[in-house]
Amino acid sequence: MTDLLEIGGLSKRFGGFVALDGIDLAVKKGERLGLIGPNGSGKSTLVNCICGTLHNEAGSVKFDGKSLAGMTAHQRTRLGLARSFQLPRPFMSLSVADNLRVPLLYTVHAREGRKFTHAEMEDHCGEFLRLVGLADKAKKLPRDLSMVEMRKLELARAMAAEPKLLIADEAMAGLSHVEVDDILALLVRLNERGITIILIEHIMRAVMAFSQRVAVLVSGKKIADGGPQEVMRNPEVERAYLGQ
Amino acid sequence: MRTSAFLLVMAAVAAAVFAAGHFLGSDYFFFAGYTVLQFVVLATAWNILGGYTGYVNFGTAAFFAMGAYATVAIYKLYPLPIPVLILIGGVVSGIAGFGMGYLTLRLRGAFFSIATLALAVVLQTLVVNWRFVGGSRGAYIIGPATVPILGNYIEYLFLIMLTLAVLAITAARAIERSQLGYGFATIRDDEVAAEASGVPTLRLKLIATTISGALMGMAGAPFPYYIGYVEPASTFGLAYAVNSIAMPMIGGTTSWAGPLIGAILLGIVQQVATVTISSAVNLLIVGVLMVAFVIIAPKGIIGFFQDRWRAGSGG
Repeated sequence: MTDLLEIGGLSKRFGGFVALDGIDLAVKKGERLGLIGPNGSGKSTLVNCICGTLHNEAGSVKFDGKSLAGMTAHQRTRLGLARSFQLPRPFMSLSVADNLRVPLLYTVHAREGRKFTHAEMEDHCGEFLRLVGLADKAKKLPRDLSMVEMRKLELARAMAAEPKLLIADEAMAGLSHVEVDDILALLVRLNERGITIILIEHIMRAVMAFSQRVAVLVSGKKIADGGPQEVMRNPEVERAYLGQ
Repeated sequence: MRTSAFLLVMAAVAAAVFAAGHFLGSDYFFFAGYTVLQFVVLATAWNILGGYTGYVNFGTAAFFAMGAYATVAIYKLYPLPIPVLILIGGVVSGIAGFGMGYLTLRLRGAFFSIATLALAVVLQTLVVNWRFVGGSRGAYIIGPATVPILGNYIEYLFLIMLTLAVLAITAARAIERSQLGYGFATIRDDEVAAEASGVPTLRLKLIATTISGALMGMAGAPFPYYIGYVEPASTFGLAYAVNSIAMPMIGGTTSWAGPLIGAILLGIVQQVATVTISSAVNLLIVGVLMVAFVIIAPKGIIGFFQDRWRAGSGG
């Protein structure tokens, strides 16, 4: 299998604070990668650098063989990189269905160079809403949704862009046991369709169940990368999580 | 309703308004009506940037005056028919809108608004010092007393502004329901999330500033012929900036109908106040109404009724 995402020597500073320090990470096509680390270790900053929300000072990000240097966030989304936000950021003035219409209009249209008919559009929106179990809320506004539903909408909107790589940034925080299982099952289903997934999560049960490989960030450095069991046995990881 | 059908309906309404005015036979109706319609165009134009994308423009007067002064400059060289002047005013202000957008749209929120305010001040200073268009002394524009077919010149100007209002509203409604409209709404709601969904936010914002600026310039182009005497202080007047913000706010900013309702309501109240009390009381009325609406109906008349309807239908 070839690498879909290749990150080499990626660094990001905020003033004097080094948020990311020479990160190397490769993700293979079709892989399920778990990305873990304590709060403030740079996970979300890494996602922001990959997706173009932030600009990295040093290092390179290659996606599907293309360098992403100088590309805006929307260009990267059109290439096939989609992400959900840690705190859901729905379009508050648009209905739930219209929230999904945006990536369809602006990403899938632009990529395929053709326009959906009205019926195709409805079908697509409906399909993604059913997938995350929001079909009966299609006409609601995001403010009428619960936190769980908003996280599902966040995932559905990322999925609607029909990405090659989906980055789920703490999509399960605050969810109940059953809801975590729901989302996990959903992510596995997506992965079976051939979408590569990076899961950023604090819920270890979810990470261990989902990931084929786990990478660990601590203070902006990658300290471990390998099979889930092997990484958990790594003394450095233990030290970072449990202290000495 | 399709855009073409909507345009026909609007044209029919406009024709009815014009016919009513014609049979009324009052020059005052056309004179006051022109001002109201001018604000319909300005409010609609402002709303395309301010309402749809959420970027508050304090520089309406600058774009309006650019259209007006383009007309003055051309009048000094070689007088052209008003429809041509409207096109020229639109192009000039559209280019200015694009330029302003390019320079300022990396600024967000209040910083963008302050930059637009600065644009108005800079342009006014330029015009004051530009002798060709009259500088601070102003310039006289003498229109013909009559025109063929219609006869009355003020009726002709009214008809032009009526047409412009119909076109502006139809354009705003078409944008609202198009892919562009969805893109604008995502910019208003959350630019970072919009980019992540593939929306080219900078390009869309430039489209919005260009269209909005162009429409404001088009509203300003016939102004010298209407008023007869143009000078910087009134052409760059505070009333244009304040009204074009207040009208969509009072009507509701998320739909084409908001600026239309706001402009007609506020425009008529101001015209009545000008005749019965004094023209100086206009801004006071705007201020009081703005405060009242911010407290009672922050989303304007349209938003107020939408919320009622939503609550009523239990969803």
